[in-house]
Amino acid sequence: MFRWFHKLASTRNFYRLAEILAPWLAILCAILLGVGLFQGLFVAPTDYEQGESYRIIFVHVPSAWLSLFIYMTMAFCSLLVIVWKMKLADIVAEVSAPVGASFTFLALATGSLWGKPMWGTWWEWDARLTSELILLFIYIGYMALRASIDNPATRARASAILALVGVVNIPIIKFSVDWWNTLHQPASIMKFDKPSIHPTMLQPLLLCALGFTVFYFVVMLLNTRSLILERESKSSWVQERAAEGRL
Amino acid sequence: MTEFLSMGGYAVYVWPSFALTALVTLANLYFALHRRKKVVARLQREASQSAT
Repeated sequence: MFRWFHKLASTRNFYRLAEILAPWLAILCAILLGVGLFQGLFVAPTDYEQGESYRIIFVHVPSAWLSLFIYMTMAFCSLLVIVWKMKLADIVAEVSAPVGASFTFLALATGSLWGKPMWGTWWEWDARLTSELILLFIYIGYMALRASIDNPATRARASAILALVGVVNIPIIKFSVDWWNTLHQPASIMKFDKPSIHPTMLQPLLLCALGFTVFYFVVMLLNTRSLILERESKSSWVQERAAEGRL
Repeated sequence: MTEFLSMGGYAVYVWPSFALTALVTLANLYFALHRRKKVVARLQREASQSAT
């Protein structure tokens, strides 16, 4: 009885926390993306090898980063679901999947648009590209699995197991450029050495990556609040807030 | 300005990338706001029904 009450309370508390946090994060996101994209398009110098085409990096790398970050968030939530049957973690995982899928698609699409002028091809079965495509399929499979199970407890558990199994793909994506020396260039930021990218290009790139990450949190918080309302519409605190007109 | 827009001859690759990014971002935001609007409207309708 206490357990059940405790769980309900935590979604209620999170609902309130998200309500306070979301507007501030939205403002932060707008600033980060505004400054990052401005610097990326206007301040960062032209690349001596790739000309202006390299500016795709300012949307490509952040979306690829986000595709991995969201997956790791989902995997972490899935762990909480398996170990503690935490309802809130199941909600966060559920609303994160479509966002993750959309940014995985964006990483692949912008990569394709960058690959055409630089590599001479839209697509190649290169290790990095293929493993990122598999990530997209895992996201889609995860959403399909969720949609196909009606029982909430079974749905939470089955999808959490799928998400945790899919984690093996994450290091494969990260290290694909080192393990298989195919078309995609190796890491230039996240490595043990110091980044091999000039600060005038690195700064807007990091601002954009951070901006994308904050954007995910804004959308995730918004959708989490909606899903909490959808799932707990019969609970007294939701009905109270609805009656007072402050949902 | 024209020079900027031409992106050194890579305009056909650079601008679709940024346009697609804007599209994905705004779509995520739109669906999130739409979902909230829908559930809030439903709950408030139910609340006013139970009050009367």
